[in-house]
Amino acid sequence: MTPAKTNRRRRLDLAKVPEATAQGIDERFQVATPLRRVFNKVFPDHWSFMLGEIALYSFITLLLTGTFLALFFDPSMAETTYDGSYAPLRGIEMSKAYETSLNISFDVRGGLIMRQMHHWAALLFMAAIVIHMFRIFFTGAFRKPRELNWIIGLSLFWLGLTEGFAGYSLPDDALSGTGLRIADAIVLSIPLVGSWVATSLFGGEFPATEILPRLYILHVFLVPGIILALIVVHIGLVVKQKHTQWPGPGRTNHNVVGIRMFPGFAAKGGGFFMIVFGVIALLGGLLQINPIWLFGPYKTAVVSAGSQPDWYVMFLDGSTRLMPAWDIHIPLGDGYTIPAIFWPTLVLPGLLTVLPMLYPFIEARLRRDKQAHHLLQRPRDVPARTALGAMAIGFYLVLVLSGANDVIAEAFDISLNATTWAGRIGILLVPPIAYYLTYRICLGLQQHDREVLVHGVETGIIRRLPDGRFMEVHQPLAPADAHGHGALDYAGAPVPKKMNRLGAIAPAVRGFFFPIEKPATPALPPAATPVSPAVPPQQLEDAGTQQH
Amino acid sequence: MTAPPERRKRSPLRRPAGPPGKLRRRIGTTARLLAALIVVGGLYTAFSPGMQATADDEVVLSPAAAEGKQLFETSCISCHGRNAQGVPDRGPSLIGVGSAAVEFQVGTGRMPLTSQGAQAERKTPQFTLDQARQIGAYIQALGDGPELPLPGEDLGKGGDVAHGGELFRVNCSSCHAFGAGGGALSSGKSAPTLEESTDREIYAAMLTGPSSMPVFGDNQLTPDEKRDIIAYIQNLQTDPDPGGWGLGRVGPVPEGLAIFLIGMVAIVFTTLWIAGKS
Repeated sequence: MTPAKTNRRRRLDLAKVPEATAQGIDERFQVATPLRRVFNKVFPDHWSFMLGEIALYSFITLLLTGTFLALFFDPSMAETTYDGSYAPLRGIEMSKAYETSLNISFDVRGGLIMRQMHHWAALLFMAAIVIHMFRIFFTGAFRKPRELNWIIGLSLFWLGLTEGFAGYSLPDDALSGTGLRIADAIVLSIPLVGSWVATSLFGGEFPATEILPRLYILHVFLVPGIILALIVVHIGLVVKQKHTQWPGPGRTNHNVVGIRMFPGFAAKGGGFFMIVFGVIALLGGLLQINPIWLFGPYKTAVVSAGSQPDWYVMFLDGSTRLMPAWDIHIPLGDGYTIPAIFWPTLVLPGLLTVLPMLYPFIEARLRRDKQAHHLLQRPRDVPARTALGAMAIGFYLVLVLSGANDVIAEAFDISLNATTWAGRIGILLVPPIAYYLTYRICLGLQQHDREVLVHGVETGIIRRLPDGRFMEVHQPLAPADAHGHGALDYAGAPVPKKMNRLGAIAPAVRGFFFPIEKPATPALPPAATPVSPAVPPQQLEDAGTQQH
Repeated sequence: MTAPPERRKRSPLRRPAGPPGKLRRRIGTTARLLAALIVVGGLYTAFSPGMQATADDEVVLSPAAAEGKQLFETSCISCHGRNAQGVPDRGPSLIGVGSAAVEFQVGTGRMPLTSQGAQAERKTPQFTLDQARQIGAYIQALGDGPELPLPGEDLGKGGDVAHGGELFRVNCSSCHAFGAGGGALSSGKSAPTLEESTDREIYAAMLTGPSSMPVFGDNQLTPDEKRDIIAYIQNLQTDPDPGGWGLGRVGPVPEGLAIFLIGMVAIVFTTLWIAGKS
C-alpha cells in the first residue's frame, strides 16, 4: 500500500455518497424528473385517510405469511394416517391437506405463529376494507370523479371475501368442510344450472377429490393476483385523481393542502406499516385463532355446534338463518323447486353488490349533480345519505348478529328461537329506525353549528341582568349585526364549540409522551374576562330576550 | 311373619332324604300354599298405600337406601311424588331411571330444581355426593335402572384419546361443540359446557341421557368407548391452548369480536396518534 492510494481512499467523502449515487442512477435511467413529481406529491392529512392503508398493509402481511405457509402446505385430498406431534390425533385417518396444516401448526418451526398471523391479517384486511368503505361513503368521497374507484373498492371487498373463504376451506378440518358443504348447497340451489355448476366445481358429488387443489390455486394465485392488480389501479387512481380533503381555511375544490410524499408521508406510511404488522404479530402470538386440531379432520358426518364462518361471511350465514323455509315449487314437467336458501345466499349478495356499485350514479342523478368534487362533506351536512348509510349498517349488523345467534343464545342464556325471531323482526325494524334516528341526529348537529354561528360560543359565564333574570354570555365568532347575531354563513366546516378553541385558554401542550414544544403563554391574562366586548351590554340584553 | 321363610328354607334341604309320603306331600302343599299366601299378604301390607309398614321397609332397603328415602321424603317428594311415581306438571316418575341418573342430577346440583324452566341448570349441589348416592340407592331399590361403576375408579384411565376424539366429534360435538364448551339447542335448552364435568358425571350422562341428551347405552357406546371419550374430554380440559389465549374455544365469533375490539381499536388509536403528530 502506497501512501498515495490511502490518500485517495480518504478523499472519498461519505456525505457526498447519496448525491453521487443518485447522480449515477439518473445518468443511467433518467428518473429524476418523474421521481421529483412523485416525491413532491402532496397528500392531505387526517386520521381517517389512513384506514385504507390498514387494508394495504395487512395485505402485504398476508402475502409475506402466506408465502411461508405455501412452502409447507399440500392441498391434496389423498388419505393418510397422521403420525405427527399432536397426540390426540395420532393414528387418525385424514387428508394430506389437513395433515400438512397440522404439521405447520406443530412441527414446522414458527409455523403456528405464521398461520395465526395469516388468519388475523385476513380478518384485519376485511375489517379495514369495511371501515375504509364507511369513511368513503359517509364523507361523499365516492362522488364524481371517483365513482370507478368506489366500484373497485367494492370489488376488492367481494374478492377478499372469496379469498378468505377459499383460505378458510383449505386446511380441510371439520369446520372448513362444513363451510364447503354449505357452499355446495348454495351452488346447488341455483335454478336450472345448480347441479351442473356444483358437480363441475367439485369435480363430482360432494366432497369428491378436486375441490381443495382448485381452491388452492384460486387462493394463492388467481384471486390474490386480481386483488393486487386492483390495489395498484385503486392507488394509481388516488394519485391521478388526487386525494380528497376536508373543507377548511385555504382548502378549495381546486387545490390539495397536506404534506409531501417525501419525506413526510413516506416516513409516516413506513412507520404505520410497522405498527400494523406489529399488531398482527401480537395477535398471532397471543390470541389463538382457528384451532384446527380441535375441529378434527373433515368427515361428512361431523358437524359441530357453533360452526360459524369468519366474521366477513357471517352476514350471509345470518341471512340464511333468518330466511323462513319458503321453497317455491313449480309444477313443470316432473316438478321443479327453487329452495329457500337461494334467496339469502345468492340473490341478497347480488343485490348487495349491484346497488352499492350504482349508488354514486343514483345519488348524482337524484341531486342533479354533475360537478367534480374534491372537498369532503361532513356526514351531518348530508343527512339523507348518512341516514341511508346507517340504515345499511343496521341491516348488515342484524345479519351478522343473526349469524352468531346460537353463540349469543348460549352466552346470554336466551332461547335460540327467541334470537332467531329477534333477527327476523329486527331486519325489518332496525333499518328504518336507524334511518330516522340518524337523520334527526344530523339535523340536530347542523342546528347546533348554526346556533353557534349566530349566537356565538357558550362561555359558561352566567350573568344576572338588572331585572333579576339570568343568562349565559356567548362569545360571537364574528362582529355581530344590529340584533347581536353573528354574520357568518354556514359553510359545512367544523365550528368551534369551546372557548379554548378560540384561544381563551392556552392550547394543550403538544406531545404524546412528553412536551415537544414550550407551552404558549395565554393570550389573555387570567384576570381579564375571556369574553371580547363585541356586543354592547344593551344588545346583550336584547339577545337574551330573544333567546328565551 | 318369621316362621314361613324358615319353612321355605328347610324344605329344600329335606327333599333329597327320600321319596315323600302322601301325607307329607299334602302337608307340604298346604304349608307352601300358606307360606305363599303369607308372603303375598305381607308384601301387600308392606306396599299398600295407607298402611304403616316401616318395619317391613327396613328389610327391603339397604341402610344407604333407607337414608336416601329420608332425604327423598324431605326434598324430592313434592315434585316426584310419595313413591317416586311422579306428579303431573311437576316432575316425572323416577321408577326405572336408576341410581346413575340420580347421582348425575343431584350431584351436579340440577336437582332439586329452583324453578320449572326449559331445563335444569348446573348449580351448587344441595346434597353431598354421598347423600346423592343414598338417594340413588333408594331410587335403584324402587325400580332398578342404569348404575354407575363403584366410586373411586378413574373412568378415563387407559382410554385411547385419539379414538375418543373421533367418537366425540361424531357423537358429542354436534351439541357440546368441538371445544366441549357447550351450545344452544331449541326453545331455551342448551348443551352444557363439559369444562367442569367429572368423569362420573360424563359417564352417568352418557348412560342416562339427561334432559335433551340421547341415551348412549352400552350397545351404542361400549364401556371401553365411553372410557375413550372421557379420556378425550379430560385431555381437552387439561390441554393448554398452544396458540395463546383460546378465546373460549368458541370459534370465529369471538375471533371476529377480537379483530374489531382489539386489533382495529389499537390501530385506529395509532392513526389518531400519527395524525395528531403533524
